[in-house]
Amino acid sequence: MTGLRYVYAVCRPFGAALQAQLTGVAGAPPKLLSHHGLIAVLSEVPERDFSEEPLKAHLEDLDWLTATARAHQGVIDALTAVTTPLPLRLGTVFRDDSGVRVMMEAREDVFRRTLDRLEGRVEWGVKVYVDPESAADADERPPAKAASGRDYLRQRRMRTKSHEEMWQQAETFARRLHETLSGRAEDFRLHAPQNSALSGAAGRNVLNAAYLVPRRESEEFVEVVDRTKDDNPGLRVELTGPWAAYSFTEERQGNEEGA
Amino acid sequence: MTYPSRVPEPYGQSGSSANLADILERVLDKGIVIAGDIRINLLDIELLTIKLRLIVASVDKAKEMGIDWWESDPALSSRARRDELTRENAELRARLTELEEGRPAGSSSVDRGRSRDEASLERGRTQQEESS
Repeated sequence: MTGLRYVYAVCRPFGAALQAQLTGVAGAPPKLLSHHGLIAVLSEVPERDFSEEPLKAHLEDLDWLTATARAHQGVIDALTAVTTPLPLRLGTVFRDDSGVRVMMEAREDVFRRTLDRLEGRVEWGVKVYVDPESAADADERPPAKAASGRDYLRQRRMRTKSHEEMWQQAETFARRLHETLSGRAEDFRLHAPQNSALSGAAGRNVLNAAYLVPRRESEEFVEVVDRTKDDNPGLRVELTGPWAAYSFTEERQGNEEGA
Repeated sequence: MTYPSRVPEPYGQSGSSANLADILERVLDKGIVIAGDIRINLLDIELLTIKLRLIVASVDKAKEMGIDWWESDPALSSRARRDELTRENAELRARLTELEEGRPAGSSSVDRGRSRDEASLERGRTQQEESS
């Protein structure tokens, strides 16, 4: 190999083969580099795109970033089907195999500890959205005509009040859902709500949480989420996963700004 | 696959077709940070700044993706600020005329009043959240 080494994940040796057609971030198939009983999953990437300057420039290019992020996640996803990978952050690049080996030796203890902690677990993402339009429609009475300026102001106040009540309802719902789900999970992280302009999702994201759940309990977890889905007009619950335990690679329990 | 029987089918496509924001959130912001031989600082492209970078780097691209909220956000666009003042002014004048004539308000002007209230409440919320 003459290119650089892009590392996706570290994991323990696994028996199963990866999908034959799987390709990595620059189109090359991922390879397994075994060292000290651990595996680094990497692929060769060209210097012209992945050395410092071009990589920095590429990261500002949304199309490039999108394709690279999807390819990165594609490899992690394939690994998640056969083992418990520790996903590395996008753009972890070394000059050659020996650079990767040195890194693995330096971090061996942390890798093993984290792999033990996450073994057999997956991450589920749960988001709650409020759609102010449909929530308002649900209990909207046709507005009475304002007979006077005072009447007009009173109606305005009532509308503001019902708007506030809707947000309160949404927050209560999200808090209860999070309490239920964190009770079913080994750990959780509360992430910043997603901007709808970036995600393209309808409504306003009020809860964006990740839950660490053993695989064998995942089916139950998903059912619990499903049962909450139809309860509230104007609120939408979105479940994604199973993801590799991206949000739980750091050794920190619960969430500092959490419930 | 080693454990297919116990894990439900993927939800919301965690694979190649998943929501871009979900993927970026994880591959850029989560996962193990290791300084490789190639030094890059992903903080430079933190998710929170991506939308702003989109606007600075490529307005056309952002519009293509339906991201055009800055055009109507008075905090970001002087044109939107002028538009809003003009609209507000016109509405107040109309309202005043109605009151002076002692006519009951048309429901359409009440509706306009509502949507503006909601928009300003929304902005208030956002500012509150950002400052907290």
